[in-house]
Amino acid sequence: MLFLDHIWLIPLLPAVGAALMFFFGRRLQKSTVSAVCVGSVVLAFLMACGGVLQYTNWGAANGHRPYEKILYTWLGTDTGHLNYQKSDGTPASFRADAGFLLDPLSSIWLLFVTGVGMLIHIYSTGYMAHEGGYYRFFGYLNLFMFSMLTLILANNYVLMFVGWEGVGLCSYLLIGFYFHRKSASDAANKAFIVNRIGDAGFILGMFFVAWLCGSLRFIDVTGFARDHAATLMGNPIVTAATLLLFVGACGKSAQLPLYVWLPDAMEGPTPVSALIHAATMVTAGVYMVARSNALFVLSRESMLVVAIVGALTAIFAASIGLVQNDIKRVLAYSTVSQLGYMFLALGVGAFSAGVFHVFTHAFFKALLFLGAGSVIHAMSGEQDMRNMGALSEKIPVTFRTMLVATLAIAGIPILAGFFSKDEILWQAWKFSPYLWAIGFATALMTAFYMFRLMYLTFWSPSRVTSHEVEHHIHESPKSMTVPLVVLAFFSITAGWLGWPASLGGSNHFEKFLEPVFANAAEKEAPPANESGLGLTEYLLMGLSVAAAGVGWLMASRAYSNAGKGYTEPIAAAAPPVYDTLLNKYYVDEGYDYVFTGRRKLGDVRLGVMGLGEASSWFDSHVIDGAVNAAGWITRSTATFSSWWDKWIIDGIGVNGPAILARMLSYPARLFEWGLVQWYALVMTAGLVGFVFYYVYH
Amino acid sequence: MQNHILSIILFTPLVGALFLLFVPKENKDAIRWIANVFALAGLLVSLPLVPWFWDKRFEPGFKFMEGAPGNWIPSIGAGYVLGIDGISFLLIMLTTLLGWISILSSWTAIENRVKEYYIWFLFLQTGMLGVFMALDFFLFFVFWEAMLVPMYLLIGIWGGPRKLYAAIKFFLYTLAGSVLMLLGILFLYFHHHAVTGVYTFALERLYETAPRIYSDYGPYAATLLFLSFFFAFAIKVPMFPFHTWLPDAHVEAPTAGSVILAGVLLKMGTYGFIRFSLPFFPDVLTHGRVRFWVMTLSVIAIIYGALVSLMQKDMKKLVAYSSVSHLGFCTLGIFALTPLALSGSVLQQINHGISTGALFLIVGILYERRHTREISEYGGISNVMPIYATITMIMFLSSMGLPLLNGFVGEFSILQGTFMEKDIAGHPGYFWAAWAVPGVVLAAAYLLWLYQRVFFGPVTNPKNEKLHDLTPREVATFVPLLIMAFWIGLYPKPFFQILQQPVEKTISMVRGPDYLKAGATVNAAVKPAETAPQFRVTLDDRGGIPTHGAKLVKAPVAAPKKKGTN
Repeated sequence: MLFLDHIWLIPLLPAVGAALMFFFGRRLQKSTVSAVCVGSVVLAFLMACGGVLQYTNWGAANGHRPYEKILYTWLGTDTGHLNYQKSDGTPASFRADAGFLLDPLSSIWLLFVTGVGMLIHIYSTGYMAHEGGYYRFFGYLNLFMFSMLTLILANNYVLMFVGWEGVGLCSYLLIGFYFHRKSASDAANKAFIVNRIGDAGFILGMFFVAWLCGSLRFIDVTGFARDHAATLMGNPIVTAATLLLFVGACGKSAQLPLYVWLPDAMEGPTPVSALIHAATMVTAGVYMVARSNALFVLSRESMLVVAIVGALTAIFAASIGLVQNDIKRVLAYSTVSQLGYMFLALGVGAFSAGVFHVFTHAFFKALLFLGAGSVIHAMSGEQDMRNMGALSEKIPVTFRTMLVATLAIAGIPILAGFFSKDEILWQAWKFSPYLWAIGFATALMTAFYMFRLMYLTFWSPSRVTSHEVEHHIHESPKSMTVPLVVLAFFSITAGWLGWPASLGGSNHFEKFLEPVFANAAEKEAPPANESGLGLTEYLLMGLSVAAAGVGWLMASRAYSNAGKGYTEPIAAAAPPVYDTLLNKYYVDEGYDYVFTGRRKLGDVRLGVMGLGEASSWFDSHVIDGAVNAAGWITRSTATFSSWWDKWIIDGIGVNGPAILARMLSYPARLFEWGLVQWYALVMTAGLVGFVFYYVYH
Repeated sequence: MQNHILSIILFTPLVGALFLLFVPKENKDAIRWIANVFALAGLLVSLPLVPWFWDKRFEPGFKFMEGAPGNWIPSIGAGYVLGIDGISFLLIMLTTLLGWISILSSWTAIENRVKEYYIWFLFLQTGMLGVFMALDFFLFFVFWEAMLVPMYLLIGIWGGPRKLYAAIKFFLYTLAGSVLMLLGILFLYFHHHAVTGVYTFALERLYETAPRIYSDYGPYAATLLFLSFFFAFAIKVPMFPFHTWLPDAHVEAPTAGSVILAGVLLKMGTYGFIRFSLPFFPDVLTHGRVRFWVMTLSVIAIIYGALVSLMQKDMKKLVAYSSVSHLGFCTLGIFALTPLALSGSVLQQINHGISTGALFLIVGILYERRHTREISEYGGISNVMPIYATITMIMFLSSMGLPLLNGFVGEFSILQGTFMEKDIAGHPGYFWAAWAVPGVVLAAAYLLWLYQRVFFGPVTNPKNEKLHDLTPREVATFVPLLIMAFWIGLYPKPFFQILQQPVEKTISMVRGPDYLKAGATVNAAVKPAETAPQFRVTLDDRGGIPTHGAKLVKAPVAAPKKKGTN
């Protein structure tokens, strides 16, 4: 039990690598950096293999229970305090552990995340060899591995949220790796903020779960949901919880309407696109929904929403991918579209089919991105497919491995994508033929845009613009091609794990996952007329293979001879459609007008920035205005009072009478001058007056 | 030593200030050294409190009590009573830490009137610590007002271009609130006398009688009284719409002043809510519409503060408005009146002190080098100051609540504690939590956008090309904050345990002991607090004056006459 007991070391190893890079990376040699960072992931991979191996034995002996290892109480007092009331009024304790859980579901993620992660780390040592900030890049990558593994191995929603936000942060840091470019830092911000919107939904969803179940531990939640399935069915709290959790999944897994960050995320270095934005991080939403399957199946509305959003995203993104010219953007939209498939599967209740597609997709999509990286590397940084062509001879390993991946994603039989995609389409058909039709159309588009990519890059005549670039085209170093070959191997074989019963296989994959999706399996009641449906299944299988063939054929007709200035078939047929697709349905522009407010609608700014401007105006004019007005009123009252005091009270009231008295006393004062001569004069005058009076009287 | 530890912590900075009086003012370096030594001493003497408090964390009542009611001015019943519980303990540790950091960060920033600066700063430190320690309302009010003066001078003398406007606005605004509070205190004081026949300002005595005001004088009078305290604290927090003094004060204050202002001073408002408003007026909060409005203002503050923050062009103003948003979470957690939300709120206050304190230091470092805080003046700073850029990123992430850093733990507890409550002022808890959550998204938006504009891209402004990275002294100011940020993020359990007793006591004082009993069945080992029969208030171990027998004098208290003795 060595590995199982120390399962917490798996995320911790890359964390140590990241911490070393953080403190000492600047002073380390590139070779040391590679040794530490790749080494930590290789160790994590080996431990993961050991852990999963031990778990399968342990699980067989313990009734396929999840294995749980709790390190310490992270949130909460650990004394039974900080209680709250559940929605039914019974008490529950606030608590989240730093605890790790291994079950078949996390085993699968653990294996492909560490496996693909390890290959991409190795690939990066070659790809990033000439770049600045080597230690920074690997530090971030290791930090990402830590976050992703925490997300996968967490035993409760809060710790999962740690990884959830952590991968968002690493995605931000790595998209903005070339931070000198404004487009890169813009894309990084966009990724983080859009993810945060999803995270807000996740948090609220989590609270609803805690409110309902009284715990955030997966074991408790699943147990609660299964034990009370009958009473909880259709409970609005379950619907609210699952829908809000799905908002989180939409953010992380780039579903409508929160997918907008993923295509822009291609600003990051290509290994990052492969690791984070194709194989691992973006599947976190699928993981979370699959992890919460016991809750989701209790709400038909939520399941329906998941299925519809998935299907719409699948076809929507695929249609945009038809006309993109940037090789990485095509793959980005392809990723969004494939993620839509996965959610479609989850939504129709085929959880193991969705997980299976995650698993196979991780290999061929990582391979496609790494191959694209190899192409870009060969083309001296050129990403526009209009300037490529005829590379198949010059970079043969890249070409062959990418061809394998293309065949896999298009759904050509016995390659990995065939099994998983076919399973999804089959389950969708059983749920609703409309959803199947959307999925089928998407399959056709997928084959078309992938072979378009292959023709424009490898087969069509060369359209390379500069001779220098042409001369410089070379196959990538071993550190890059070996991961490609390994991934190509798995792109072929990974699907065999889920060889369906209808083709004489035994679908080990689904059996392995059975304990996780126990109640989900019950829901898909075995169809009564197995034979009749069996025929349909073969028919649908044939149809999807045919779709792949048709897509290939159409691409070959349009692009096999695409010389300089070739015309797109869609542009020739319907220019407005082409423009709409090329501009991604103008969604980014619409969001900028309505939600972010980065663009003004006429003179009016809407969205958050509009609100921000309005609030700032309100703050400085109305609220602070009121404060200043209070100050002004006080001061003017004071001014007036002092004026009043000086002129009215003191002036009229006090000095007024005094002045009046002085004025009135003036005549009287005339007699009291204090001038003796005057007195004498007056006396004399008076005397004279009296004398005259008496004399003449 | 344990008996007088609080006084020692309280007066160490003041001793430093007095000591500085005798140093000639020309000797700037000596003054700096002495001030820093005393600031560090202030932190060091508070450190023994950590293990001592840890041992007593679950004990009921206030700890490390000093003095006795009425021992200071016996004629009016004012006493020098100090004592702490988990809430004030954390705030005191935050104050001593930030005090040291602020004084250390001022070394090169302050060049004129150095002596007065440090004297006032140390004086301020004592004032703030006193507010968190005082258990006597009179003493509390003395400290509360005393700390206004040094802050006023710090802004008014060492501030920016509009320092006088900002300083006077800060002073008058806060003073207006304090005056109302003084009236409230006097009401409680005379009411206590009316009930028990004793004149006292002792807090624990007032806890026993104040809740009766609601039944004695009716809801209207009690609500008015609640508001008299509310305005004082709401202005200090500051809550929307009483917040406009904050951006001005922050923008004009020197860096260290901003750090203390955001880190500690604002917490006095929230501390006042928890220590006074909640236990004094349980009925006002549980009945009536007051709580609805307070919750509404909190939610508005969260979103509005973030929106205004988004559009700021001045870095310091941006951080100031982000404080409004963060403090909105704190008040939301307080008035949700659940143990979880209240614990989260106190923790978030500590977190805000750490993160926002660090953010002001960060802005101050750029300001010291370039003498401008305009965002548009910068760009590409991470090229020239990589260490600085890294530390900034971590503190930004902490401020926006990224898990494994401190901010998340507080925000999460507040939101969950609010969410789980069935009914808060007529609305379910999730209604309030849902309104608060957009604040989390907006926090990411304004901080990341700021980071992009200041740190990313090429260096566009030639003046920024020669900026030197952090000096060891500057790094030293961040190290304790970074350690705390990770500690609270990774292992917050000790903090939750420290807060458990005071939070439960406060909640049971507001909602009656039965509220906690309902939850106590989860863990049978937990004993609910003993309660006095007549009162819904929980008395702590010190007991209170038996008030059942005392007759209530219903006549309005003759406040003006008695005021002469005050």
